[in-house]
Amino acid sequence: MAQMNMIQAINDAMNVALASDPAVLIFGQDVGYFGGVFRATDGLQQRYGAHRVFDAPISEGGIVGVAVGLGAYGKRPVVEIQFADYIYPATDQLISEAARMRYRTAGEWWSPITVRSPYGGGIYGGQTHSQSPEGIFTHVAGLKTVIPSNPYDAKGLLIAAIEDDDPVLFFEPKRLYNGPFAGYHDRPVQSWAEHPDSSVPDGHYTVPLGKAKIVRAGNDVTILAYGTMVHVALAAAEETGIDAEVLDLRTLMPLDLDAIVQSVEKTGHCVVIHEATKTCGFGAELAALVQEHCFHSLEAPVERVTGWDTPYPHAFEWEYFPGPARLSAALRRVLQD
Amino acid sequence: MLKNSRGFHVPEPQARPGSEGDFAYIAYDAAGAVDRPPVDVDPKEIRDLAYRLIRVLDDEQRPTGPWRPDLAPDALKAGLRAMMVTRAYDARMVRVQRQGKTSFYMKCTGEEGVAVAAAMALERGDMCFPTYRQQGLLVARNWPLFEMMNQVYSNSRDRLKGRQMPVFYSSREAGFFSISGNLGTQYSQAVGWAMGAAADEARQIAAAWIGEGATAEGDFHYALTFASVYQAPVILNIVNNQWAISSFSGIAGGERTTFAARGLAYGIPALRVDGNDYLAVYAVTAWAAARARQGHGPTVIELFTYRAEGHSTSDDPSKYRAAPACGWPLGDPIERLKVHMIEAGIWSEEQQASLQKEVNEEVRAAGKESEGFGTLKEGDRLSPSTMFDDVYKNMPTHLVRQRAMMLGN
Repeated sequence: MAQMNMIQAINDAMNVALASDPAVLIFGQDVGYFGGVFRATDGLQQRYGAHRVFDAPISEGGIVGVAVGLGAYGKRPVVEIQFADYIYPATDQLISEAARMRYRTAGEWWSPITVRSPYGGGIYGGQTHSQSPEGIFTHVAGLKTVIPSNPYDAKGLLIAAIEDDDPVLFFEPKRLYNGPFAGYHDRPVQSWAEHPDSSVPDGHYTVPLGKAKIVRAGNDVTILAYGTMVHVALAAAEETGIDAEVLDLRTLMPLDLDAIVQSVEKTGHCVVIHEATKTCGFGAELAALVQEHCFHSLEAPVERVTGWDTPYPHAFEWEYFPGPARLSAALRRVLQD
Repeated sequence: MLKNSRGFHVPEPQARPGSEGDFAYIAYDAAGAVDRPPVDVDPKEIRDLAYRLIRVLDDEQRPTGPWRPDLAPDALKAGLRAMMVTRAYDARMVRVQRQGKTSFYMKCTGEEGVAVAAAMALERGDMCFPTYRQQGLLVARNWPLFEMMNQVYSNSRDRLKGRQMPVFYSSREAGFFSISGNLGTQYSQAVGWAMGAAADEARQIAAAWIGEGATAEGDFHYALTFASVYQAPVILNIVNNQWAISSFSGIAGGERTTFAARGLAYGIPALRVDGNDYLAVYAVTAWAAARARQGHGPTVIELFTYRAEGHSTSDDPSKYRAAPACGWPLGDPIERLKVHMIEAGIWSEEQQASLQKEVNEEVRAAGKESEGFGTLKEGDRLSPSTMFDDVYKNMPTHLVRQRAMMLGN
């Protein structure tokens, strides 16, 4: 057991995967000698050699296309897209190729690839270093989408993603890399050191894909969150004193619908929060599923708290970011009789 | 000087419907005129090959020059037969499409040599990443016509379970990678596969095909970049059949340079070859395969050919291009190989006629057998509930639920 921040946990997951499976290869921009712009692959090339961990050209489409080919050959590629905002040139290879390979060949080939990508805002990254594009990929049959919220989950989920034989998008909330963040941008930066989920077991373990986690039990309202928003949700519950149950979804596809239904049937209220834009965001799917499965338990309409339907603005980051104040207001609204 | 080359320039082909097309504008080398360098040549020394045209068979179909391959009579007969089977298969599948037994079909008429000669020059373990017009690879690797037809019919024996439109074959056993409709994606995948083989120090290499039109796609350039950077053991074939549906090769950039020349910018040796010359395609593929296998990295090959028919059963080429008055440029690959074999004294018109009969019968028999297992709209079909299989390795609960809904439960 070691105390780790999220970067260290992610690095450790790849270390475990490289050590346990010779088919695992890691590549992406700057991931080799330098160890990645966020240091996620720090030391891995030194340990496993440049044939296992190597730099790739600035070519997201090429990185994922080559990964699909390596997967067809029998390798298990783990690639880094330096920022989720840069993933779009790779969408054809992800959506038309990786996602469909098993289906279109009736199981003759598949794409056991993991695409890691730092994602989300909160670091003054402007519109090209802040986006949350998960909704684009959860819409695609054949892809899995995972978004961790803490070091323990990050390591266990990443090992599970790498070992999974389906293509997995692994979005890493970059604002959480060095410490938990509840949206209080004007307060001192927190470190993972005091957080219980920064205790990370040594060696191999997995957190199964498709399982949500109740991070705060409560009776009055269910907050569905993932990534950075888990910490925002906990802060809003604290701030309002509302007896909220906070569900960390951890995996959006496959989704732990049972956990959602169980919670909402108990609380009768539901607020969905994500940092991505609102319209057609994953929150729309969550809200629809909740009304489809829990309609008779609901005492108020489901609310969505999200980023606004604008590009992510550099100077107005904190007006854009769905922090505890906006979530608290929504919680009060749904609980108003 | 190119016409209409000042200002905003929209390329136009030499002839459109209503005027007479010829191929006089196509310049090419005489058979035997292009040198054959050693496979470990420094790519810088053979840059001219990207602008020449390697030909082995001359106008009388006599082999000549340094690229002439040493092929035994049986090997030539096998190549001829595979090209003839491919053409007969195409003819039958277009007929059944016109009869409404399937939704769509794509012929490779005139381009049989491109795929068949390459398949013969590769080893069986080498992985092919084709486009939809290299059915000749499957035929040359003796993948059953019955299986191909089942796929075209999406019938109850379709190994792809009716999920892919006709001609989008896949056969791991035949080393034929799944076809995509998103053009060019197979190119970077082939490079990835080859990188995997190189990482394992395996003997196998990869070969990819792309149409000249799709060389404008990003994947083409991603693939050449990665192939060059990591020196992947891959053959990157560009099939220049001069037409991308209704757009002539000038719309893809072919007016100003050759497609092979694109390889030069990446430091990859690039060769142009007469795609309708079976012996030349064989020789050039064997040269590139030897390079890859000996660790000298990728090769770009532009196969100059002509799409003798429409793009697919969904377009009428007489609406956008002039019918060539002089036949195909560089001739019919099947006819040329046949004449060569007769000239060489290893074949005869009688044998040709008898083989044609045999091939037609083989295609007919496979067709009958396949149709016995259903066609797109008639006869046996798989259970529609199979549409939910293989989306993921293990079916997630939302798909279990949707499958039950579709089945009315």
